[in-house]
Amino acid sequence: MGWGLVAPALLWTAAFFVLPFAAMVALSFAHMEGREVVRGFDPGNYIRIFTDWTMLKALINSLEITVVVTVVSVVLAYPLAAIIAFRVPARWQRLALLLAVLPFWTSYVVRSYAWLLVLGQNGVVNKALLSLGLITEPLEIAATRTATVIGFVHFFVMLLTLTIYANLIQLSPNYARAAADLGAGRWQTFRHVILPLTLPGVVTGAFLTFVLCIGDYITPQILGGNAELTLPQLIMLQLGRSGNFPLASALSVVLMAVVTLAYFASSRWLRLDRV
Amino acid sequence: MTAGVSIRAVTQRYGSALALDAVDLEIAAGEFVVLLGPSGCGKTTLLNIIGGFAEPTSGSVLIGGRDMAGVAPKDRPTTTVFQDYALFPHMTLAENVGFGLRMRGVSRAARDAKAEEMLALVGLEGRAARRPHELSGGQRQRVALARALAVEPDVLLLDEPLGALDLKLRRAMQDELKAIQRRVGTTFVHVTHDQEEAMAIADRIVVMNGGRIADVGPPRELYLRPKSLFSAGFMGEVNKVPVKGGAAAFGPVAVPDGVLCIRPEAISEGGRLRIGPCRVVETVFFGTYLRAHVAPLAAPDLRLVVHLPQGAEVAAGAVMDLGAQDFTVLEA
Amino acid sequence: MRALSWAYLAVAYAFVFLPVVVLVAFSFQDGRLPVPPFQGFTLDWYGRVLGERDLMEALVNSALVAAVSSLIALILGFLAAHALARVRLPGSVLMRGVLIAPMTVSYLIIALGLLTLFNQAGVRLSLWTAGVGHVVINLPLCFAITYAAMGDQQRNAERAARDLGAPEWKVLALVSAPMLAAPLAAAFFLSVTFSWDEFIIAFLLTRFDVTLPVEIWSMLRSGISPATNAVGSLVFLVSVTLVILLEVFVFRRAK
Repeated sequence: MGWGLVAPALLWTAAFFVLPFAAMVALSFAHMEGREVVRGFDPGNYIRIFTDWTMLKALINSLEITVVVTVVSVVLAYPLAAIIAFRVPARWQRLALLLAVLPFWTSYVVRSYAWLLVLGQNGVVNKALLSLGLITEPLEIAATRTATVIGFVHFFVMLLTLTIYANLIQLSPNYARAAADLGAGRWQTFRHVILPLTLPGVVTGAFLTFVLCIGDYITPQILGGNAELTLPQLIMLQLGRSGNFPLASALSVVLMAVVTLAYFASSRWLRLDRV
Repeated sequence: MTAGVSIRAVTQRYGSALALDAVDLEIAAGEFVVLLGPSGCGKTTLLNIIGGFAEPTSGSVLIGGRDMAGVAPKDRPTTTVFQDYALFPHMTLAENVGFGLRMRGVSRAARDAKAEEMLALVGLEGRAARRPHELSGGQRQRVALARALAVEPDVLLLDEPLGALDLKLRRAMQDELKAIQRRVGTTFVHVTHDQEEAMAIADRIVVMNGGRIADVGPPRELYLRPKSLFSAGFMGEVNKVPVKGGAAAFGPVAVPDGVLCIRPEAISEGGRLRIGPCRVVETVFFGTYLRAHVAPLAAPDLRLVVHLPQGAEVAAGAVMDLGAQDFTVLEA
Repeated sequence: MRALSWAYLAVAYAFVFLPVVVLVAFSFQDGRLPVPPFQGFTLDWYGRVLGERDLMEALVNSALVAAVSSLIALILGFLAAHALARVRLPGSVLMRGVLIAPMTVSYLIIALGLLTLFNQAGVRLSLWTAGVGHVVINLPLCFAITYAAMGDQQRNAERAARDLGAPEWKVLALVSAPMLAAPLAAAFFLSVTFSWDEFIIAFLLTRFDVTLPVEIWSMLRSGISPATNAVGSLVFLVSVTLVILLEVFVFRRAK
């Protein structure tokens, strides 16, 4: 009985997740001759990724952006979630939370586009700063890494606020009361009681942020300009312009390996089946 | 709509742990049997095996003479009242009670009629359209009972059904449960760890301990003439005094060697088995009796618990000449 | 401390809403560019967008792919969660891991893997192939949500139903699913919004018929325009309506 129910989901995952991934790994060891894919066991693509500076740089860019985005998003989201959970009166909390993450529901593509309007040369920010006399020349924000980071942080602050809030609100208020009762100050209560208790939730949210951020193509493509590439942009470039599927596959395997490393680094605290 | 249950050499192993050790038990049709014992004694495991929620490692269960090996819960002539009631929260009371009949293809009108009848049986007439969350704990318990009885099982299994109720309600429900069992005539097998509950409702009590049956019998017999030290202790408070060579610690006694078991209320100044003069160590007033700890002068280290009459005015330090009116001697 | 909290909250809300406000505001721009200065109010861009056939087709495609793929993901996820939460199967920890695994993999990799597979198997790209990809990403979500919602109460009620003679499919249909109505609805709507908004899988796995995010993407290529603002505002309106309905009808009632 149990097998019959679990089989469809397992078969689906095997056929459309495990098998494609295996096919992709196999393809990453092929190489191109002209426009033809030649199969075999050729580690050339991997050698190229770690010796060709353009490729290595894309990997480094992706890692730098992702780490900065993850850290900044957690640091900004935690206080927001805490304020909603502990400062906002209980009957307004759901509304406050709903509002805080409302833009989460705009189309992902459109959200990056909207940031382009905000940060662009003639955008709202520059126009406002110019008219306030704070700057004399428009700031170059759009088409830079800063714009990419802002776009990402905007999205992930909302995601993390949701997950961290869910963790904070589950805590019995008696933990904080007990800590205060035993003489802990506000900071000590947070540092020694609240933070450790919410750590699994925070790490899980941070890990999801890491996975979604490092694999995202849209935000850097729209906001980051062409000055520097991220790994997903490089992968798409291989698919589009040169049709080099083997190299794109190898780059994807590298991306996957980075995510796996992140997984093991955080696995102690990860609660993926309780998102 | 009733049948007997035969449990033959049923053993249940979980890994290396032995939950049931070759248990044999005959339950007559229409009998109200209570499986009594501390947690972990195997009583719930045995109930689950009768209900078909677990298959025994070895041994067999027969209901109405039919071997139940490999028969799923839904195909057994048993239904269960679960400890947490397991009412379906999204269904009305009528839908809950009628569920079993629905599974048997009974028409809606007939189901509703039966549900109303069963709800009336448990004292919930006219509430068929309510939902479980609108009820109190005691009422939910009654719905669970009505639901299990609606399919007219041969054997009704009750897994600590009163455990979640407060004491007063529990005592009231006991009487009701007994009355309902009389009316429907179904065999009831009821699991509990509360010996007062067991005595209040059972035709026969099965005391279990460590995966074995420690004692079986009607409440009166089990209390007054326990067949094991464990059941003597589990059925109520008891003074245990070792006897060897016709002598106990407090003096000679005319009983065979073993452990002399005396209930606190069986000790009085007029008891026929003489204990001799005892010093009262302390007393506590319990309402229906005065509970006293006494030490026989002949054995100052021995402590006996004695229930003295409510009106007895005895202070600590007083000396009383005591004897046991009723007692049992069991093998050590 | 208190004042600081409210100040932080205000700044956070401003940051979160800034792009949305700009997006919606300049969708009414009476001019060719959705940037300051604001030149006047018009609904022309909405009219133009709603009259555009490609866009409306993409919208219908998106809704279709989202609904069908979410339904499949929900059914598969629910059945698997039901089995793994109830029956002790050998290797159930491993199976849980396998089912959750796609959650930890970038959509780009899932898309590229499927593209490789479909190319090798000679499967033509269509809305169906994108839908297959969306089931892959939403299955772990549906599984995790329903698995987490299955507590002792459910388990005991299912046991009682079996005891009263219900065959397994009736236990599922009459007891398990209705008792889990709220988490099932939540999982379904979350899947719908994820699928509805998903870009990279839809981009790589469709060819002629495309979904809305892909269509918006191709609009972006021709530069910024208040028309894009209008589309974005419309999509936002639809999503927000869905979220509010979910909040009011599912989460409120579940409490």
